[in-house]
Amino acid sequence: MKSLMIIFVFLMFLPVNAFRPTLLLGNLNLIERTCRQTPLYDLCIWSLKSSPDSRDANVKKLAQIMVDSLKTRATETLDLIDELLQDGLALDPAMQKALTSCAERYNVIIKGDVPEINEAFKTGNYKFAEKGANDAAVEANSCEIEFPAKSPLTDMNKVVHDVSVVAASIVKIIPTKFSIM
Amino acid sequence: MADTKPLLPEASDSDSYSETASPVNRLKPIKVYFAIFFGLLAAGLFAALLIGNYGSGSSRLRGNQNGSLASSASQKPKHQPLRTVSRGPAQGVSEKTSGIWANVPGDNLPKPWNSTMLIWQRTAFHFQPEKNWMNDPNGPLFYNEWYHFFYQYNPIGAVWGNIVWGHSVSKDLINWFHLPLAMVADQWYDKDGVWTGSATILPDGKIVMLYTGSTTEAVQVQNLAYPANLSDPLLVKWIKYEGNPVLVPPPGIYKKDFRDPTTAWLTSEGKWRITIGSKINKTGISLVYDTKDFIHYEMLPGVLHSVPGTGMWECVDFFPVSVTGEKGLDTSVNGPEVKHVVKASLDDDRHDYYAIGAYHEINGSWIPDEPEMDLGIGIRYDYGTFYASKTFYDQNKNRRILWGWIGETDSEAVDMEKGWASVQSMPRTILFDNRTDTNLLQWPVEETDGLRSNSTEFNKVSVEAGSVVHLDVGPASQLDIVAEFELDEEALNKANEVHVPFSCKTSGGAAERGALGPFGLLVLAAERLGEQTPAYFYIAKGSDGKLNTFICNDLTRSSKAPDVDKQIFGNYVPVLEGEKLSLRILVDHSIIESFAQGGRTVITSRVYPTEAIYGAAKVFLFNNATDTNITASLKIWQMNSASIRPYRIDDDNKNSSAPSSRFILWPINYIASCLTFLFFISRIRI
Repeated sequence: MKSLMIIFVFLMFLPVNAFRPTLLLGNLNLIERTCRQTPLYDLCIWSLKSSPDSRDANVKKLAQIMVDSLKTRATETLDLIDELLQDGLALDPAMQKALTSCAERYNVIIKGDVPEINEAFKTGNYKFAEKGANDAAVEANSCEIEFPAKSPLTDMNKVVHDVSVVAASIVKIIPTKFSIM
Repeated sequence: MADTKPLLPEASDSDSYSETASPVNRLKPIKVYFAIFFGLLAAGLFAALLIGNYGSGSSRLRGNQNGSLASSASQKPKHQPLRTVSRGPAQGVSEKTSGIWANVPGDNLPKPWNSTMLIWQRTAFHFQPEKNWMNDPNGPLFYNEWYHFFYQYNPIGAVWGNIVWGHSVSKDLINWFHLPLAMVADQWYDKDGVWTGSATILPDGKIVMLYTGSTTEAVQVQNLAYPANLSDPLLVKWIKYEGNPVLVPPPGIYKKDFRDPTTAWLTSEGKWRITIGSKINKTGISLVYDTKDFIHYEMLPGVLHSVPGTGMWECVDFFPVSVTGEKGLDTSVNGPEVKHVVKASLDDDRHDYYAIGAYHEINGSWIPDEPEMDLGIGIRYDYGTFYASKTFYDQNKNRRILWGWIGETDSEAVDMEKGWASVQSMPRTILFDNRTDTNLLQWPVEETDGLRSNSTEFNKVSVEAGSVVHLDVGPASQLDIVAEFELDEEALNKANEVHVPFSCKTSGGAAERGALGPFGLLVLAAERLGEQTPAYFYIAKGSDGKLNTFICNDLTRSSKAPDVDKQIFGNYVPVLEGEKLSLRILVDHSIIESFAQGGRTVITSRVYPTEAIYGAAKVFLFNNATDTNITASLKIWQMNSASIRPYRIDDDNKNSSAPSSRFILWPINYIASCLTFLFFISRIRI
């Protein structure tokens, strides 16, 4: 009897929430459902989960998180391009030309596409957000194929391209009412 | 002056006048100069009289030169043998690896853009502002001898954003003057965007503009604006009603699903009625409001129409068409010989759909004639790049005219580099096609023909199966092509059924050979066809199992640049018994507009070649069908450029002075100069 009492008391103090999977993974379900509608599920899950803001986010916020990630990645890539370009003398002309072209492409992503997407989010004109995100993917891809031989930016271009693609596909499914999807 | 020494030879004239004539000597050169001056002035004025004194638009002068410089009536076209003839899928050969469209190694290198290519892209006779981004057409109208066109505009950059209303005017829908911005985002109710709207001209001559504003809270509301001064023919300044907004999203409608009010039409109760697109969940709808003063509105309980699954309806348009199909109708017209068209731009799939049906004024509703051709599932105005279109009634020439936004399909980086993005379609007249009863007919406004200059005719050119024919027309970036095609009768009759229903989009493009197609034209094509844009017919089994005609634009090889859109656009086009296949194509640098069967099916494409530009752009006939020859007759005109530029102060004088005053001024100047010239000539002693 005593052991039963102990067990009972013990049970009472257990965190009840641990056994409520829906609450714990609450928003993870939304993230999963959203990412399943994108062509790059793993990247989508990883990008969203690693952001603390995704915890209570709706689909629109998830899209915003992806776009912020896009901006960060694009800025990192542009920084790398600038670094490589400063090696001026050590570069062959073809490489120099490609890097300069890439710098322009990434400038467009950061100064053209991302602001366009953000204004579209703000005003609810989502097709321009999708357009901007799709364009960012095109710019990243165009940069990659500029290099006649080995590209020093392959990994970063791929990330930017893929993040853009995911952002565009999330934008496509934003419901315009703040309801659970 | 009398000749004092008549017997002296001429050579010593200067000596003979040495004493009495020294003052004359000094005067003589001056007289000569005056004589020369007035002579030249007279000549110049005479020339100016001839050339300049015939009214405003220079396009009128360029007008009627059709065919006057045509080369011989049926010019022998240059036949170009194919390098390899594709054996086609029938023999199990993939089109991707064989035939004239096979990839040549090395062609896949990405081409960086240079300024020559980008400058070429700018159109010559399509409406566009000098720079920056444009999208939806807004509030088009004809008023006081001017066509007005407003448009969504970003004054800061070549991407969408910071949207305000641009404004331009024209006398002929072809040559435009850019005016200052009509409306900017200077009120709380349109701070986040001065969006699309429409104009209504009231019977007393007042103009009412209703437009959507995105407020500082990003709520979509409808606002009223009107011209500050109706006696200003250019309607430069606009005033926003101080009680704006006049409409806010009603209960049950989400604050971001309420935009693009239409032109108003009169009800039999004497009220004005408008419709505004929206959605409920995934059903696209159009709300209806009545008003007497454009300030106070009552919302009708029902909707104009709704279609499940179509999503948000943007830029809704509603207008009557005459079933006799002869001319356009004012938006308020109704009656037994009238059908009504509802059109919506579907936000979800970025296409403009229209449907023809019956309007019931009692409850402000509309029902399509054919439910399976309803909005979103039926006919599109244009199967290419074309969105947010809007019509207006042109009371000047009794026509209904359609404007459509043609965006860029290249990368935004290139848009930002070239400094501009988007053009408008050529304005098109809209008529009900009373031969098919199912389609509207769209056709470039007749003023477009005024841009035609020298033409080349080709009469009954035979193009064998699997061949390409070069059409030597000179420069090929600005063309108006009118073509007719005929197939072999026996080939049509014995055509084998293809198992899969045809669709331009999913087909192999112009390289996919069928029994009865593709055949048509290659425009913006390089000499060796490394870049080419086919606009072509394809006759095949449709989804209804019958042989149908399709019209397509294939952009897959339109450019070697990797960052442009390369889809295949197109659709079914109704061809009635006894009709020849007809095609009109306007080529204007980076835009192509194709009109099949008099405008029953239309495709607009943006094309960005890197090689087939300037003198390297050419036109070809082609026939890639396997079982039939085709016979083509064409007339191809060079197109002049339109004058599309900012309005200048001296345009005021040209446009406002009455023709009669000019007719008086010039001759007076001319006669005065002639008389003075003659005076001084007579005074010179030689």
